[in-house]
Amino acid sequence: MTKITEVPSPFCGIGTDDLAVQVDGLSIKVTKNGCSVNTPAFEQAMTDTSPRVDGKEVSILHAVNRAAKILSRANQPVIGGCATDVNGMRALMALADRKGAVVDNMNFTGAKRNFLAMQDSGWMNTTLAEIKNRCDLFVVIGCDLEVFAPRFYERYLWNEESMFLDDTSMREVVYIGKAPSGNASTSPNKSKAKVLECANADLPEVVAVLRALIKGNPVFSEQVGGMAVNDLQEIADKLKVATYGVVIWAAGALDFSQAELTVQTVCELVKDVNESGVRCSGFPLGGKEGDQTANQVCGWQTGYPARMRFSSDIPEYDPFLYDINQMFENGEVDGFLWVQAFNTKAVPPHGGKIPTVVVGRSGMVFEEEPEVYIPVGTPGIDHSGHAYRLDNVVAIRLKKLRDSGLPTTAEVLTAIEQAVVV
Amino acid sequence: MLTKLTGGIVFDPANKVNGKKKDIYIQDGRIVSKPRNAEPDKEYNISGKVVMAGAIDLHTHIGGGKGNIARMLMPENHRMDPVAHTEIKRAGTGHAMPSTFTTGYRYAEMGYTAAFEPAVLPVNARQAHMEMGDVPMLDKGGYVLMGSDDYFLRMMAANKDQQAINDYVAWTIRSAQGVGIKVVNPGGISAFKFNQRQLDLDENNKHYNVTPREILKSLATAIKELGIKHPLHVHGSNLGVPGNFQTSLDSMAGVEGLPMHLTHIQFHSYGTEGDFNFSSGAAQIAEAINKNKNISVDVGQIMFGQTVTASGDNQRQFANHGFASPNKWVCMDIECDAGCGLVPFKYRDQNFVNALQWTIGLEIFLLVKDPWRIFLTTDHPNGAPFSSYPHLIRLLMDKSFRNDMLATIHPEAQKMTTLGSIDREYTMQEIATLTRAGAARITGLVGRGALGKGDWADITVYSENENREKMFEKPDYVFKDGELVVKDGEVVKVVWGTTHVVRPEYDKSVEKDLKKYFDKYMTMKLGNFSISDDEITEDGRGSLTVHPTVGEKV
Repeated sequence: MTKITEVPSPFCGIGTDDLAVQVDGLSIKVTKNGCSVNTPAFEQAMTDTSPRVDGKEVSILHAVNRAAKILSRANQPVIGGCATDVNGMRALMALADRKGAVVDNMNFTGAKRNFLAMQDSGWMNTTLAEIKNRCDLFVVIGCDLEVFAPRFYERYLWNEESMFLDDTSMREVVYIGKAPSGNASTSPNKSKAKVLECANADLPEVVAVLRALIKGNPVFSEQVGGMAVNDLQEIADKLKVATYGVVIWAAGALDFSQAELTVQTVCELVKDVNESGVRCSGFPLGGKEGDQTANQVCGWQTGYPARMRFSSDIPEYDPFLYDINQMFENGEVDGFLWVQAFNTKAVPPHGGKIPTVVVGRSGMVFEEEPEVYIPVGTPGIDHSGHAYRLDNVVAIRLKKLRDSGLPTTAEVLTAIEQAVVV
Repeated sequence: MLTKLTGGIVFDPANKVNGKKKDIYIQDGRIVSKPRNAEPDKEYNISGKVVMAGAIDLHTHIGGGKGNIARMLMPENHRMDPVAHTEIKRAGTGHAMPSTFTTGYRYAEMGYTAAFEPAVLPVNARQAHMEMGDVPMLDKGGYVLMGSDDYFLRMMAANKDQQAINDYVAWTIRSAQGVGIKVVNPGGISAFKFNQRQLDLDENNKHYNVTPREILKSLATAIKELGIKHPLHVHGSNLGVPGNFQTSLDSMAGVEGLPMHLTHIQFHSYGTEGDFNFSSGAAQIAEAINKNKNISVDVGQIMFGQTVTASGDNQRQFANHGFASPNKWVCMDIECDAGCGLVPFKYRDQNFVNALQWTIGLEIFLLVKDPWRIFLTTDHPNGAPFSSYPHLIRLLMDKSFRNDMLATIHPEAQKMTTLGSIDREYTMQEIATLTRAGAARITGLVGRGALGKGDWADITVYSENENREKMFEKPDYVFKDGELVVKDGEVVKVVWGTTHVVRPEYDKSVEKDLKKYFDKYMTMKLGNFSISDDEITEDGRGSLTVHPTVGEKV
């Protein structure tokens, strides 16, 4: 039995790296600083150890060759999921480049809202340590933060000491849109978050009015999205006197049509506060299961985030056309590779009769067995690696915790790449 | 295998060889003397062709978080410059901020064999090395950014002694696997987080009561005492502000004779004269550089066209966001460590300020006398993409071409510059100094940038051409560590260079206080912060080359 401390997690996105685990053979137990996201992800039992083809256990070589055949035959191969570590993503990109595949990260539909806003007008953002040490006003827009990241408040707002605040429990928390489901946002001095609740559908209007108020534009209506404009005025005023306000949103939670425009309004209102002579920063939440890793690696290798294709031998980016769910719907896919090294529940989207290869975490249960399933190690458990935190700046060095003998995503995808016929 | 390059005209300033016909022998990746009894296995007849060491870019933003934000910010810029994959090359995109593979291929295809990322944030160093790990063909390395990190500023505010600062600097450069130390707008990135919108050389960071001058002095001293060869790499205060040539002169005086490298000095050489209150300070800057032997500079020449500015200086980038073209920009505060700002820019020859910026850069190139202390950069991608270097070389080597270009820019800028009256044309040997021998010397590289016995065989062979742009954009051959990697301006073999680092000694007890600081204020554990060697080498392509440090005191 081995105890390992300072274990970083690739699962929660917020880069917790203070977990302690106990490893006994293949079994892992989180003994310190676990949470409802990380603990089950670390402790999940390993089941599959052999690859399967047509549901039958086969050698890795056999599985790799069959996977290569499926991709070789395809006119429009598609690689989805893209949930792995940096080296896994590097191998995925090499394979996609060689075979002319579409690459689509599984959470891109959410991330797209951020990319569209960023690529149209930009943003002013911050990172976790700045929040921890500077933030005196924390405005959460349209998401239930403690469900997303159970330890966010404990680690980054209710920390005992900070460099630039005398008393961290005096930080103010405001929710606009979704109300918090628990009490994590209640300060240690018992002050509760101020909540201006509204439906998601009303957020575009509410955020637009908040921006107008920050800019000092006249607003004639007294109510917006079921809340008093005066209440929003109060938030606008707070942002304009805060020392270091932070406005946080989760693009994935803004699940309505053209939510990128709401993201853009949030980003622009942050800029407006800065233009008015006060510091303020945005903070997009995301980055679970390798989202940022996929976008970062795809970004430096091609110049584009992870919804792109190599079909014409060059990288091409289109956040709408290369949405694999759309492509499935339109019957545009004839060979599918799903890569998901973190989450056994994230099985490939329904592909009908399309030949499918899954390179996934051991223990995936399929409604429909794919032609090829190759269980791989999980980065940060079965092998070392790198994963990006949600703020995109910090890449954490993942540790190997046990000897499972499972191959890495990178090894499997590189083997497939070498076996593929172009 | 023994390779012979026969009959080339060699320009090797490191060994004082100036345009001499000379055969070169290569064995096991290095240059060797003519063997007594061995016949070459492979001979290249390069009779009459120009031979130099592989070129070295000592300041180019090729790897790290802000560059990747710049890439993702500008899909429209990539769409105009897609790069298809080939049998040996990966697909990618240009133009302003190319993808990593394309960066490596394009540099090599212009005869470059090494490039240094000048702004590696310690907290983002992993990313910088991972990106550079995907840059083929080149050796690389990074300057680690300090001076606005809260740990350092707390030390300054607490009047810690120089030894303690030295230990922290050494610990930082080792944890981030760097080859030098850079400071960007000293203390100004931090000041912006406290809502200070500008910071002059002698102005206090309002939280720490520390001035940029004190920061420069402290870090430059640390580098000298630790024996790090590359002088403190300084992106000065007041970037882009008219009148900032005075800040640059004061900064030079401020380090009191300590070695200091002022980067992209063009952006820091502006006066306030004339009808537009914007003028050239190049003459004063060049005079000061000529006089102060402790100072070196790279120019950061601008070229007309679309690019994106990517800088750690979020204070100045925020101030300049109104110039964004297209109108989109990103600023970030980063991890109590630093920051970054990305502002797309389109430099226009018919814009007075841009036109004068162009002349200021060239004036500095031509007025600084010692080619060992000035280096050829565009601060890629900030002044222009690195792919414009051959054009820049022609501007330096060809006076009539330069004057033809000068005649096309904004007429008021033509009136405000002395450029047309400067006769100097760079010689081949001077170009070899700027881009090879001098760059290797100032970055502390051993065995690079030179063609002597025992040096690594990074070699570029060009066909002589009156049109220097044509000559330098397409070498006949490039050898990397003795292997032929480029032929007729095309990559023929993909190779992976080494990562250059230095490892100054330090007192390990510095980690005690750092651990406390990390536990209390940071968002990761100290033990997870430092980059281990295997992170760079485990992919089987990367390697590390440690260069010596000779400290005055340790």
